[in-house]
Amino acid sequence: MEHRAAARDVRNRVAAEYERPVVDGSLTPQQTPAAGPIAGDHVEPAVDPAAADRVVGALRRICGDEHVFVHRHQLRTYESDGLLQYQVLPRAAVLPGTGEEVAEVVRACYAERVPWVARGSGSGLSGGALPVQDGVLIVLTRLRRILEVDLPNQRIVCEPGVTNSAVSAAVGPTHFYPPDPSSQIVCSIGGNVAENSGGAHCFKYGFTTNYVTGLEVVLADGSVVELGGKALDLPGYDLHGVFVGSEGTLGVATKVTLRVVPVPESARTLVAFFDSPSAAGHAVSEIVGTGVGPGAIEMMDRLSIDASEQMAHAGWPADAGAALLVELDGPLVEIESRFDDVARLCRDAGCSEVRVARDEAEREVFWRMRKAAFPAMGRISSHYYVQDSVIPRTRLPDVLDRIAELSREYGLRVANVFHAGDGNLHPLVCYDGHASGEAERAEELAGAIVLACVELGGSITGEHGVGIDKKRYMPKMFGESDLDAFQKLRCAFDPDGLANPGKVMPTPRLCGEVPGPYRRHPLEVAGLAERF
Amino acid sequence: MLTPATAQEAAQALRDADGAVRLRGAGTKLDWGRPVDAQAQLSTAKLDAIVEHNEGDLTAVLQAGVPLVAAQERFLSAGQMLALDPPPSEYETIGGIIAAGDSGPLRHRYGAPRDLVLGVQVALPDGSVARAGSKVIKNVAGYDLAKLMSGALGTLGLIVEVSVRLHPHPEATLTAVARGECPQTLAAAAAQIAHRPVEAEGLDLRWEGDTGMVLVRLAGPSARQRGDAVAELLREHGLEVDCRDDDDELWAEQRELQRRPVAVRVSTTPSGLAAVVDAARRHGATVVARAALGLAWLSLPQEDAADAVQHLRRELPTAACVVQGAPEVVRRTVDPWGPVQPPLLELMRRVKERFDPRGVCNPGIFAGGI
Repeated sequence: MEHRAAARDVRNRVAAEYERPVVDGSLTPQQTPAAGPIAGDHVEPAVDPAAADRVVGALRRICGDEHVFVHRHQLRTYESDGLLQYQVLPRAAVLPGTGEEVAEVVRACYAERVPWVARGSGSGLSGGALPVQDGVLIVLTRLRRILEVDLPNQRIVCEPGVTNSAVSAAVGPTHFYPPDPSSQIVCSIGGNVAENSGGAHCFKYGFTTNYVTGLEVVLADGSVVELGGKALDLPGYDLHGVFVGSEGTLGVATKVTLRVVPVPESARTLVAFFDSPSAAGHAVSEIVGTGVGPGAIEMMDRLSIDASEQMAHAGWPADAGAALLVELDGPLVEIESRFDDVARLCRDAGCSEVRVARDEAEREVFWRMRKAAFPAMGRISSHYYVQDSVIPRTRLPDVLDRIAELSREYGLRVANVFHAGDGNLHPLVCYDGHASGEAERAEELAGAIVLACVELGGSITGEHGVGIDKKRYMPKMFGESDLDAFQKLRCAFDPDGLANPGKVMPTPRLCGEVPGPYRRHPLEVAGLAERF
Repeated sequence: MLTPATAQEAAQALRDADGAVRLRGAGTKLDWGRPVDAQAQLSTAKLDAIVEHNEGDLTAVLQAGVPLVAAQERFLSAGQMLALDPPPSEYETIGGIIAAGDSGPLRHRYGAPRDLVLGVQVALPDGSVARAGSKVIKNVAGYDLAKLMSGALGTLGLIVEVSVRLHPHPEATLTAVARGECPQTLAAAAAQIAHRPVEAEGLDLRWEGDTGMVLVRLAGPSARQRGDAVAELLREHGLEVDCRDDDDELWAEQRELQRRPVAVRVSTTPSGLAAVVDAARRHGATVVARAALGLAWLSLPQEDAADAVQHLRRELPTAACVVQGAPEVVRRTVDPWGPVQPPLLELMRRVKERFDPRGVCNPGIFAGGI
């Protein structure tokens, strides 16, 4: 595997982070490797090359030559997902055209025990769709059919390659699909299912896991199983709930049934400016605590406002330490009666100014400021590292202090963008990839922020996933027995460890044999061995 | 009866168990699932601490044996609630409700236990104690074992502790009640409300004897105005409608009707509800339904209940009819869970075998005889 720590070209991130392409040509093109390996803790599962070659033959028979890529120049398209620090070339990338072909591909891999990785649009930010060296990459972009729109029952059934935006479009204008990652115009529903994606509106509406009611899944042995369905509470374990967020390690979804909801009657948006993010954080707690369930509460600090201004030109005050974007959506009469309360709570928390979006155009400008934050960072820093971690909302001031401290200590700027209602932080660590050692320092700083969040009772990832990027932090959040329990589940689904191996879990683990049910192994009975 | 006081004690008790152990909370749902033949019982009675109530974060950490009413009392003192309101009793524990995946009218807006549980600590039969999830409302690190344990009826291990998301307690509620004699009309009226962006706290349907009602609960400063608008929509279906401020009793009845000597939960789609009510009428059952969710609870007369369940399954072939609470003789005569497709059952068995290879935890109680 190659490591390329510094090559975080901002334009490559645009598709994943921003709803419209950036046409400004001033950014530097794809960088070449500028720094040595950082994350050297990733161990590639070994693949038998002869077995992989036999699988390639099978893939051609299943999907046709034109849908199987094996040449280096073709495979480079798929060597990374949205996390560009890592590149791995698979033996082959295959683009099946149907769910049945996916199952056949997986069966072919199973027959030779060749590991595989499923990939949607490749916009993930944790390296979850990074290929396995010499393994198979199953690219699901051809599975983009919407199979059924069942509005009377508020369901939509689609293939995994359908984009997030296309789902809402298919059920509009009366209904919509609430989880809305910033990458929604490109990211796929299959990827959303794998990552349990969130977005700006999930504080009120919930995450992908709250909307998936059914899945058709191909397990690692190529068998096909229906988990859940259109109806709720079907008899048995909540395995669709377990599958969502499993980062491609339990199988590959070939059909997804989603719940959709009525479009709110109206939405009103304001932005309030504060001296500091801590002051804005206080307003967040007040707003949430009073029973106002905002559709979104997003926060930006000074540095991210500066960056976004260069792209979105909202004309926000140049001296504000933080901006709090609050959107209420719901029945018109309810919003009318709540909106003034929100403005008042912001003033009570010491905000210097409240701006209310007068019309849809101004609302869009507000949102563009927020959504531009990631790509716009390229205007003020040649490179940056996106972090994703979570704290209990009330610990916001503590974590901000800690981030400021770390920023000084490392001599690197950190911009902060938050899903403030959820306590989900996206610190952007700015660095110069051409300066020797700076990329490593940036990654170290980003890691220190993650650890600070865990110490404050939070999580190492709120929506980007563990993937390959964060598995080294898993032991900070989970103990050995916790990881063992995860492995029990993994082994039930994929005892050979063929589905996306090397991700999520910090160290490779194998599955022991399960004897017949309800019988203990003699060694176990004798206390000589334990299994997980 | 084993009554561990810590997670470690619970895990050791399971590890040391010589045969099947009946895992239980307060024991209010011992008549759920297939009958379990177990000599030993393990209760969460001594695991009854409210570990954390983080008011500002709207989260809490609770041990499994905490009675829901005790937790709610604590949360209400801060104007908050855990949005779970399964059929009421004084005793039901948090752990039992989650293990059973039980829910009440609040599910319409706030979801099932699976949607409210952020993290879980479990005692496993291999003697280990494992945590999954977190205490924060957004987290995607690690597998979501909280969802695996929710509704698993204790077949994979003992839920020892959970962290949950709380919500502000709704203010100023009001319920629009629409009455009618035609199941189709009631179902159509409920469906219309389900598709309107009214943000109801509850949207239920009830059928008793030859008459039924649709109940729409609204909360917040504009509850009155929205209630009037909803009432107007319901009247367009020819239903008789009134709005009630003092509505707690109505919803308590809804919860009560979910639990009768023989209760059957029917999982269908909203458009399948009218057929469910029709079938219920034929069997003399009352119906309570979460209209927008396609979930209905039928209370069957005790006499010939097992036959009635089998008839229901034939009459509602696309729905799942699960017996939730019935005398043992009924649960020995008819599988309370109904059929599970073979590939899914096979996967479920593999999950069980990994977590509980010796078959210690509530063996046989679950779907497919797991």
